Amino acid sequence: MSGTARFKFRLYIAGDAENSTRARANFLAICDEHLAGRYEVEIIDVFRHPGRALEDGILMTPTLVKLAPSPVRRIVGTLSHIEPVLQAFGLNRSSP
Amino acid sequence: MANRMKYGRSNVAKVPKSLTGVTGLDEMTDGGFPSGRTTIVVGGPGSGKTILSLQFLVRGAAHGEAGIFVAFEETSSRIISNAASFGWKLGELRQQKKLFFLDAKPTTDLVQSGDFDLHGMLAALEAKAREIKAKRIVFDAVDVVLALLPDAAARRREIYRLHEWLLARNLTGVISAKRGSDPIPSVDQQWFGFMQFMVDCAVILHHGVVTGVSQRNVRVQKYRGSAFDENESPMLIGAEGLEVATAPSLSRSHPKVSSRRISSGVRRLDTMLGGGYYRGASVLITGFPGTAKTTLSGAFAEASCQRGERTLFVTFDSDSNEVIRDLGSVGIRLAGFVKSGLLRMVSARSITGSAETYLVRIKMLARQHRARCMVIDPVSTWSNSGGDLTAHSVAERLIDWSKLEGITLVCTSLLDEISSQSEVGAPMQMSTLADTWIHLSYVIQAGERNRGLSIIKSRGTAHSNQVRELILSNAGVTLADTYSAGGEVLMGTMRWEKESAERAAHQITEAAARLKRVRLDAEEAELAVRLKSLHVELEAKQVEKALLIEATKSREGELSRGRTRMKELRGSDMAISVRK
Repeated sequence: MSGTARFKFRLYIAGDAENSTRARANFLAICDEHLAGRYEVEIIDVFRHPGRALEDGILMTPTLVKLAPSPVRRIVGTLSHIEPVLQAFGLNRSSP
Repeated sequence: MANRMKYGRSNVAKVPKSLTGVTGLDEMTDGGFPSGRTTIVVGGPGSGKTILSLQFLVRGAAHGEAGIFVAFEETSSRIISNAASFGWKLGELRQQKKLFFLDAKPTTDLVQSGDFDLHGMLAALEAKAREIKAKRIVFDAVDVVLALLPDAAARRREIYRLHEWLLARNLTGVISAKRGSDPIPSVDQQWFGFMQFMVDCAVILHHGVVTGVSQRNVRVQKYRGSAFDENESPMLIGAEGLEVATAPSLSRSHPKVSSRRISSGVRRLDTMLGGGYYRGASVLITGFPGTAKTTLSGAFAEASCQRGERTLFVTFDSDSNEVIRDLGSVGIRLAGFVKSGLLRMVSARSITGSAETYLVRIKMLARQHRARCMVIDPVSTWSNSGGDLTAHSVAERLIDWSKLEGITLVCTSLLDEISSQSEVGAPMQMSTLADTWIHLSYVIQAGERNRGLSIIKSRGTAHSNQVRELILSNAGVTLADTYSAGGEVLMGTMRWEKESAERAAHQITEAAARLKRVRLDAEEAELAVRLKSLHVELEAKQVEKALLIEATKSREGELSRGRTRMKELRGSDMAISVRK
């Protein structure tokens, strides 16, 4: 995996619900560690934009969608287990 | 029989309810699911949870209550196309904004990391519910999404969240969940008990196979603040959705009781029954194979058609054309009525399934045909499908239903030669329910097998207690009097012999009487002749007597004249005055 690809994310959260707050913190920590300087993220609060959740088919919160690089992947949860998250990002821990 | 518990009678404020659109279920729950509350529908795979939930929404949409369907397991397009087979136009309802489908099936490539919740879905649903002014909402197969949650605590939390959300929005909710057939829930299904405790109404669906026949049942497990039928009731997936078969409750309208009689198709049987079957009655004809059960019911069908009444003839044993042909051989002609559309013959050999299926099909056929008279030949076929217990309750409901509809029902029932030599063993205990029970039997006597007919019971009718002989000929069906000799009923040749002996005896007496009459006639004639001759003799005597008198008179006159003459001649006048 090249270390130069740019990442594009969308994070759906539900206001300041506990799970959502944790997911946001975990997401930022993971990105800081593995994708510093090469990611952008749009954070959507489903309470404020329920129509968005409906359109995008977001039912469980928090949900992180990796839009780029392809393939698009969806990760549900607080992102507290880092292993599956990195796998979904296409990052291998042994080669940071 | 259902024992209906009425807890809620004293409560003035009844729980408001929303009809489910599933007829029997609405009766079991005394009006449907609790409005503004949550009902859980639990059952194994294929037990009809999705259909029940959809029917609930369709009923609402048809009566101005918009609904939302959250599909966790199937895609909405598949659900819509499946529902089309029930005639539910979900696509149209969706366009009219009476229904909204949310595809909530988790994608297979979904990565899960840590805990999550349903906030997102509920926020989305809230917006949608407000938009279409939804009153009803269904979460179908909620177990699918619950299984994704990391632990039992999270599952409980989300169930609770869902429940609170529904209550706060005053939505009438149905949550369906799969559950294995194990009586003890596995660890990952511990949420189930919690959910049952939380909701106001719990409905359990069961789908099983009993002796090779598929059977569905529904049971209301709990219903807060309401009376409900606690028993398991058979349910089936019919042409227009689910249908639950419930035992008739006391509250249901009573059938109109008629005292009009209609012909059984056999004139002498009508006489035996005091005029025929009662209109709207249920008649059971039992007998061994070949005792002319079909013939007797065919005669009834023919008589109904001759009166111009629409008749449904359901045959389980043979093809309907065969039945028409066979009945034609004994002078019962049905083909014309079939052609004119008055009679509908249905061969039910093709129907496979449980007794419930038969019942529903027959009800549907009768309704379609607008039948006033119905023949089911034989009803005992049912006992083969799904066990005696079910068949019994089905037969019971068939009778109840036909009474309610005012349909005169004639059922035949096969007694099997080995098990039921006694008449008591009438199949399915239908005999207790039927108004009239006619039993056909063979009487074996003097090397002959003759058909005997007896009326075992006939409610509200003074009926003949005598066994009659049933005679089939190409001129039709009739009954013959039987003779009892030495305490035995005589039939067939023996009856014929007895009849001819009586005829001969009768002839002899007749001849003797005739002879006597002739003799008397002769005597009478003789006397008349004698009378006449005496008359003549009398007249002669009278004439003779008159002549005599006359003669005497004239002689006396002659004499006196002579004497006077003589005195004159003698010149004596003295002699004249001194006559002696």
